[in-house]
Amino acid sequence: MTGWSQALRAPSMAASDTPTFTGNRGLQVEEKLIFEQDAPGRCGVDLPEPPPHNNRLGGLARCSPIGLPGLSEPQVVRHFTRLSQKNYAIDSGLYPLGSCTMKHNPRLNERLARLAGFADIHPLQPESTVQGALELIDTLAHWLKVLTGMPAVALSPAAGAHGELCGMMTIRAALSAQGDARTRILVPESAHGTNPATAASCGYAIDAIPNNARGRVDLAALKAKLGGDVAALMLTNPNTCGLFEDEIVEIAAAVHAAGAYFYCDGANFNAIVGRVRPADLGIDALHLNLHKTFSTPHGGGGPGSGPVALAAALAPFAPLPWIVHGDAGWRLVEHAEGAAAAAIGRLKGFHGQMGMFVRALAYMMSHGADGLRQVAEDAVLNANYLRVRLADALTQSYPGACMHEVLFDDRFLKDTGVATLDFAKALIDEGFHPMTMYFPLVVHGAVLIEPTETESKASLDQFADTVNALAARATAGDAASFHAAPRLTPRRRLDETGAARKPVLRWRPNAVQRDAAD
Amino acid sequence: MATLRFTKDHEWIRQDGDTAVIGITDYAQQQLGDIVYVELPAPGTRVECGKEAAVVESAKAASEVYAPVSGEVIAVNEAIAGDPAKVNADPMGEGWFLSVKLDDPNALDGLMDEAAYAAFVAEQG
Amino acid sequence: MRYLPLTLDDRREMLAAIGVGSIDDLFADVPSAARREGLLDLPLAQGELEVERALSRMAAKNMVAGAVPFFIGAGAYRHHMPAAVDHLIQRGEFLTSYTPYQPEMAQGTLQALFEFQTQVALVTRMDVANASLYDGATACAEAVAMAHRITRRGKAILSGALHPHYRTVCQTYAQFSGLQVEALKPTPGRADPIDIDGDTACIVVQYPDFFGELRDCSALATRCRQAGALLIVVVTEMVALGAVTPPGEMGADIVAGEGQSIGNALNFGGPYVGLFATREQHVRQMPGRLAGQTVDADGRRGWVLTLSTREQHIRREKATSNICTNSGLCALAFTIHLALLGEAGLTRLAQLNHAAACNLADRLAALPGVRLVSECFFNEFVLRLPMAAASAVAALADRGVLGGVPLSRFYPEREELADLLLVAATETATGNDIDAYEAALREVLR
Repeated sequence: MTGWSQALRAPSMAASDTPTFTGNRGLQVEEKLIFEQDAPGRCGVDLPEPPPHNNRLGGLARCSPIGLPGLSEPQVVRHFTRLSQKNYAIDSGLYPLGSCTMKHNPRLNERLARLAGFADIHPLQPESTVQGALELIDTLAHWLKVLTGMPAVALSPAAGAHGELCGMMTIRAALSAQGDARTRILVPESAHGTNPATAASCGYAIDAIPNNARGRVDLAALKAKLGGDVAALMLTNPNTCGLFEDEIVEIAAAVHAAGAYFYCDGANFNAIVGRVRPADLGIDALHLNLHKTFSTPHGGGGPGSGPVALAAALAPFAPLPWIVHGDAGWRLVEHAEGAAAAAIGRLKGFHGQMGMFVRALAYMMSHGADGLRQVAEDAVLNANYLRVRLADALTQSYPGACMHEVLFDDRFLKDTGVATLDFAKALIDEGFHPMTMYFPLVVHGAVLIEPTETESKASLDQFADTVNALAARATAGDAASFHAAPRLTPRRRLDETGAARKPVLRWRPNAVQRDAAD
Repeated sequence: MATLRFTKDHEWIRQDGDTAVIGITDYAQQQLGDIVYVELPAPGTRVECGKEAAVVESAKAASEVYAPVSGEVIAVNEAIAGDPAKVNADPMGEGWFLSVKLDDPNALDGLMDEAAYAAFVAEQG
Repeated sequence: MRYLPLTLDDRREMLAAIGVGSIDDLFADVPSAARREGLLDLPLAQGELEVERALSRMAAKNMVAGAVPFFIGAGAYRHHMPAAVDHLIQRGEFLTSYTPYQPEMAQGTLQALFEFQTQVALVTRMDVANASLYDGATACAEAVAMAHRITRRGKAILSGALHPHYRTVCQTYAQFSGLQVEALKPTPGRADPIDIDGDTACIVVQYPDFFGELRDCSALATRCRQAGALLIVVVTEMVALGAVTPPGEMGADIVAGEGQSIGNALNFGGPYVGLFATREQHVRQMPGRLAGQTVDADGRRGWVLTLSTREQHIRREKATSNICTNSGLCALAFTIHLALLGEAGLTRLAQLNHAAACNLADRLAALPGVRLVSECFFNEFVLRLPMAAASAVAALADRGVLGGVPLSRFYPEREELADLLLVAATETATGNDIDAYEAALREVLR
């Protein structure tokens, strides 16, 4: 190491210990709440005087102030710019959150979603005035049908969990239509929490299936639990351990033999897109997260979009609206009548997440059939590369190749006094977003790493070097530095216990601020 | 003479005549971490053996407290609802959850005594 | 491909480091029958230019609201969007970040959500609000489910003047959860006959209602309270709350709303942002994420996601809802737009909307055979036409005017509603637009 880089490193190590007059630290600027910047009467939008009119509010005119703060445009722009600078993002760097698929969000998609012809059209305009929008949705549906090999796709679900709800409702509706009142849903222990939550909200009882020693569904245990009261199996594939369910064909056969449906959580479709069609695996319903596989931005927690591909037996129950093409062009079926008489109803207002549809289609068209296949291959390659780069320092839960993400557990931290959480917080100081922690629940102190295909080899190498160095530091007995992490962020470790014991969920005028009282 | 027994779900129960006090064990509070919220049944309602009687939450985990016996809830510890940290500080004392009037005074017979529970916890690693 | 950084050399090197001969070895777990060796029958990769051209061609086939006299509402409203809103939400640190599970790396998103929750609570005059749900309709269905959890009663009564999509979403959710939903008949211009019994968990009303009408729900709130039911008030046009008495002041227990009209474009129906506010005592029964204030290890104020034990990732099948993703970025847009407006701006914006709607209503109702059905309204009203409203809307569209939504689009089975047209006017309607609408409708009715 050169003296130059030593010199650079020294001050940054001490940064958090040096108080500043403002509380700001260089590019990190403290920012009050908008409510604390209020000047009554100030406004960030110039609006004209209303024209004369006959007031028709009846007796319901508002007679007391709302309490919103007044800010000018420069204050608002500065406020939210400063807030943005307290965030990490995929635009900032590697974001290896397993099962969340933080990949690059192409800016072309943003531009296209903002075309007035998509962004400035109302969902209830006459159909003749929105033919291009309906064509776009139908084109997206076509891509999804070809990629999944399934004959129908329901587009209205607003997110993955909403897609699960859609899938499970269609399954329940299909069973009810046959007079079959099954009551149980089988869900592997490694499943996303949304799976049991969804099944429960459809009125089902949940029965957990254990994993086998290879991190896959225990086929014998599954078969033992199957019976005439099982409505469906909900399975994630590739699963949340980052492994392909290699007995999936046998699983599908067993589920179908019991008269049940096979629902697949497609959150990890990015690992197989273009190489495997879920229909060929015996899957009856599968949701796709457009905000994962197809790169629509996560936006700090949404919006998402969760279309559901459906087998022929489930298609008649798909929620409204349907988009159909006929002599007069594209048409919306908005009522449960005719061919749509068995539709389960409606899952959200209007037609679905149009803004996400535009972005996802632009992404698919940009990659094309050839590129999407490459997406899956590079995602799997990157994850396996990290797997071998981290193999010596970390403890892989299920040895062997993985798909798009690799699962470790906390055995490598045994007796170090460092918990998975501390390890993650130390990564923050190194400028990386941590991996997914403590999920899936089937291994102790889980560390789930998903690099995605949009990371370069150099970026993976830097990450692997950092993780390996931190693991060495933990093993060397320096637990204290992990417990103190992060030190270089706008805020250090936050008191989540205090937040939950005495919830403060909104600003109130004249409330005693907790830090001021301290 | 009070009888103290333990369950495999890490509840303790202390019987005195035909009533008993129920709480969670020190091991349970350690596993949960800092407790932030406790949900208690209403006095006068019934609890059934093996069924949910209360809920206890930390910032990142939630757990049901199962009734080790059946009976009617006579009293609940409002103090832990207001200050859940008491459960962490003194789980077997100030951090008690509820007391019940036992349907069956012999209901504790099948449960573990202190030594058996200590061995059971040791096995959990 | 421009989104993929790995070079051919990288791939070769990495395969060697992994110790496999080819990428196919890493897909060895895929059953051979399910392996697609060739490409699926879809177009090949295209550059930015080609993709932009193809999608622009589709976009050009649509009639853009901003390019014509535009008067459609019915749950989605076109307002002027300050330029700063879209600029700020496109900052990559907001746009491309994940749910703020690592609070030290997401204080920006968390503080913005805390501000959002506060704004929603203030505007609705409720105690607390969550960090958003998918949209207004799903927020309404979640509110009904929450009322069911709180009251442990089995029936929800939906006003006939509730947005028909919201009604259908509630019914769809309920048919699988065992809750009974009683949807009253739509009667534009008249109040619902609401009967509350001992099994009623909640009453759901809309304010302003689907037909634009403003009705005081204070008396209904009192009746609900006496009967042990909850009053859920749905708001689909939040700008109205700049002008009218907030639902919290009228005694609402839950407010479920659509926040699209503040900060978000029409987007052909989505993504929008579901708003959800309630009273303090019901916080732990709320669905969705919550940002809360706390302190860091140095005692400085900061923000975290809190009360997470309600949620699916911890509570699994016992969660208050299965929701995971919300509408974070749309909520941010709402917050930025409302921060720009502030008290003075929202008040003025609401006045402008009301003025435009009143003036349009007066002009159109003066046409021969046209009658204004609504009495008290904010920026939307119902007209009775001397012809089928669907035909009138089609004829108006032919003349380049988007004149509203015929109620028959929602209620095809109700012939008595066939002549009714739902019309909205916001601050974006100019005097010329109103003139053009009046002239076109006069021609259509001739």
